[in-house]
Amino acid sequence: MLLRHTAANLAERKALTINPAKTCQPIGAMYAALGVHGCLPHSHGSQGCCAYHRSTLTRHYKEPIMASTSSFTEGASVFGGQANLLQALNTIFTVYDPDIVAVHTTCLSETIGDDLAQIVRKAFDDGKIPEGKKVIHASTPSYVGSHVTGFSNMVAGIVKAFAEDTEEKVNQINVIPGWVEPPDMREIKRLLKEMRVPSVLFPDTSDVLDAPQSGTHQFYPAGGTTREELVSTGSSFMTFGLGSFASESGASELKKQCRVPYELLDLPIGIRATDRFLFRVSEMTGHQVPESISAERGRAVDIITDMQQYLAGKRVAVFGDPDQLIALTGFLVDLDMKPVHIVSGTPGKAFRKRIAGILGDESANVHNGQRADMFLLHQLIKQEPVDLLIGNTYGKYIARDEDIPFVRMGFPILDRIGHSYFPTVGYSGAMRILEKMLGAIMDREDRDAPEEQFELVM
Amino acid sequence: MQKELNGGNAFTEEVLAKYPPKVARKRRKAMVVNNPDLSQEIQANVRTIPGIITQRGCTYAGCKGVVLGPTRDIVNITHGPIGCGFYSWLTRRNQTMPATEKDSNYMTYCFSTDMQDSNIVFGGEKLLRQAIQEAYDIFHPRAIAIFSTCPVGLIGDDIHAVAKEMKEKFGDCNVFGFSCEGYKGVSQSAGHHIANNQLFRHLVGNDDTPPEGDFVVNLLGEYNIGGDAFVLEALLERCGITLNATFSGNSTVSQFERSHTADLNMIMCHRSINYVAEMMEEKFGIPWIKVNFIGVEATAKSLRKIGEYFGDEKLKARIEEVIAEETEGFEEIITPIRGRNEGKLAMLFVGGSRAHHYQDLFREIGMKTVAAGYEFAHRDDYEGREVLPDIRIDADSRNIEELKVEADPERYRPRKSAEDLAVLREQGFRFKDYDGMMPEMEAGSMVIDDISHFEMEKAIEYFRPSIFCAGIKEKYAVQKMGVPLKQLHSYDYGGPYAGFSGAINFYREIDRMINSRVWQLIGAPWEKNPSLRAAYHTHTED
Repeated sequence: MLLRHTAANLAERKALTINPAKTCQPIGAMYAALGVHGCLPHSHGSQGCCAYHRSTLTRHYKEPIMASTSSFTEGASVFGGQANLLQALNTIFTVYDPDIVAVHTTCLSETIGDDLAQIVRKAFDDGKIPEGKKVIHASTPSYVGSHVTGFSNMVAGIVKAFAEDTEEKVNQINVIPGWVEPPDMREIKRLLKEMRVPSVLFPDTSDVLDAPQSGTHQFYPAGGTTREELVSTGSSFMTFGLGSFASESGASELKKQCRVPYELLDLPIGIRATDRFLFRVSEMTGHQVPESISAERGRAVDIITDMQQYLAGKRVAVFGDPDQLIALTGFLVDLDMKPVHIVSGTPGKAFRKRIAGILGDESANVHNGQRADMFLLHQLIKQEPVDLLIGNTYGKYIARDEDIPFVRMGFPILDRIGHSYFPTVGYSGAMRILEKMLGAIMDREDRDAPEEQFELVM
Repeated sequence: MQKELNGGNAFTEEVLAKYPPKVARKRRKAMVVNNPDLSQEIQANVRTIPGIITQRGCTYAGCKGVVLGPTRDIVNITHGPIGCGFYSWLTRRNQTMPATEKDSNYMTYCFSTDMQDSNIVFGGEKLLRQAIQEAYDIFHPRAIAIFSTCPVGLIGDDIHAVAKEMKEKFGDCNVFGFSCEGYKGVSQSAGHHIANNQLFRHLVGNDDTPPEGDFVVNLLGEYNIGGDAFVLEALLERCGITLNATFSGNSTVSQFERSHTADLNMIMCHRSINYVAEMMEEKFGIPWIKVNFIGVEATAKSLRKIGEYFGDEKLKARIEEVIAEETEGFEEIITPIRGRNEGKLAMLFVGGSRAHHYQDLFREIGMKTVAAGYEFAHRDDYEGREVLPDIRIDADSRNIEELKVEADPERYRPRKSAEDLAVLREQGFRFKDYDGMMPEMEAGSMVIDDISHFEMEKAIEYFRPSIFCAGIKEKYAVQKMGVPLKQLHSYDYGGPYAGFSGAINFYREIDRMINSRVWQLIGAPWEKNPSLRAAYHTHTED
């Protein structure tokens, strides 16, 4: 057994996290910054942070992840990181020539109290930032929240740096898609385009982290929300923030800064969450949802009608990030499945409240925040077994030990492809999730069926 | 050859021209056009310039990730916010094989104190103490290790005092700490040193029971990536050599504790582990030699070195038998591979020893290393250990503890008499010696320390290698340029590559990568040959 020391009886823990279901803020900030066109993320801390984040994102996307670091040494840790950041900016603009540098902090620079706003101002005053270039920043202490918090903070940082308050409105809406994959961002843009709704989506990692093999390395790939688009978000009619954990702070910052009203919706994962998103967009913009999208919806619902028997009553354990889990739990309930263990390392009371609302009378073990980890999840599964496990790649160890069908969803996925090319949002995303779950469940039925009951047609 | 020398110089100038003057001055010292006839100096183990996109990681990564990463029966607790523990969780591909289902294996687990802002403000010692207690209560391990991350050093948590207190409290569990904050040193290298110190201080020498068997050796600096250590364990066993302890691939606490009972230390990765070999020699009298089990010739040579050291004719004969058996049919395998790859160029930029060792494998299939360099090595790994006295100790190195080691009054035991040593030396046998990478590289090849991303892309454009060896962060950028990249940290989830059978795996892998049909698919036909004529003119209405 790979997790041979995990026993079913729950041991009370107050201090030890085992097999976390989260990671730290800066990686989320790095990911968000990659969704801005011509932007180089910069990690203000030790080299190791930047190396770890780049490695993890690279393993997840199998794509180049370009980012730089302030390379703190002991001296910088004692005297402050200002000199390092000033030198870094000079090096970066000379050698790597980005349009934008997005600086995020680490636990190191936060602990010593570096003030990014002040350092960036000094860089500007000292002429370290070439004409027309921009340095944006976000505070992302690793000891607060999780990677989702870091994403959310950098999105707010992007707003702060670019969004301009104008008297005249631009005929468009903003969409903050939350921490979703490049194909999800592309899918949301496609749906809005089908509805003929003018929009700006940010951050946008499509055409950045799914770059084509062309024989050349584009240091700044074609994708990413452009600076002009980001500036214009302050003049949009309104903002939709998808997933409150990842998108609320950006949306509320836009309201504060540019008086752009916002509405928070769940990530459009599953039928109903997608319905709500499209319906609401339609209500707010007056654009009808076209028949082509209704047909997509119909196809997704058709799969559920056809395959309902394989889904109904199946007990599911899910772990991952709160915005995803909220939407996914809703989808599972709509499929007559039973989410019984729901675990997220990201803190926030709102999570349990939302999940409770979705589950209604159904009971489940719902845990989030500190020590809501995969060790706890595994123990819960040992106590109350499940038919399906859904989560990031680390779930494969539990799935193997407990012999549970496993569907990879979430971050990071280190051992399969697909997540960077095929969406899980929208109706096509629902179809993909269905195909994956049904594949896992039905492969298991095939494997376990006695010879005389082995089915040709299912 | 002269032309190539010029090529290297022109390349260097072209690269440096892009940098700000101060950066160019520093980087110039790290870029050398190799000439093995001269004693050339290269800058190494110095700070990376902020803003440079570097391959390097941090001290924590070198300590917890590299050296302690492969230990399976130690509960390794990261003391800090959650990230560091998360990123170093199972990502280095250290394989391990507990003897039975019941034996401990914590390598699949990630343990962290997951520090919060209140711990940063009020201190994390209480949290750490509680975490250690919980680890003990739940798992009852033989040992618990604690690893400090950046904020721990800054807020001043005394992890060593907590470790000592808990060790005394438990009585049956060794608890020790590593002050491996990421900001120390200039790369992973400082973390290796810190790991060596603490392994030596807290584990080596705890158990005087030697293993059963003849010709007892330790293998140092072999981390069992992709099963390399398994290959070497089997190989040594076939030769009748007793492997006492490996630092630290497929290792156990017991192995470390009795490692001082060996009669020879063999170093694979000189950079990461030479400290422990030096200290074991001083305290216990175990000589060390540099070995290399990467490549068929190097493996045979290293095995023969062991035979010569022990000077036992039966052992030597057995080693020859094993070499003959292992290399049988070897030419038939390698000839077609060499045929397809002869003369092609490789570049290796990785680690502290692999960029050197793996050149042998390329040489064996007729390929040429046109450029190489380390990520975190020191000058001795490039130029050889004779430069050690000349290496300036700067502020970043000075803050890494050097243990003061003296001969153990009871347990120091010279393994060879002075006469035997003299005879061995006369026969050309070299103890505690390593020539480094540069003397073995061809004249005109480029040697670059701590290569930057910019330099890497330039080098590929300039020399157009057939394959580039580096790590995950470089892999997809290089492959987007149409050049296959072989990861030499994780082996691209393949391997093993050590020993004789491993070498064959590697040749086949390189052959596959370089000659894959996929490289011909890059670029659509209409991009390569835009068509100007059309049979039908269809109109698009928008």
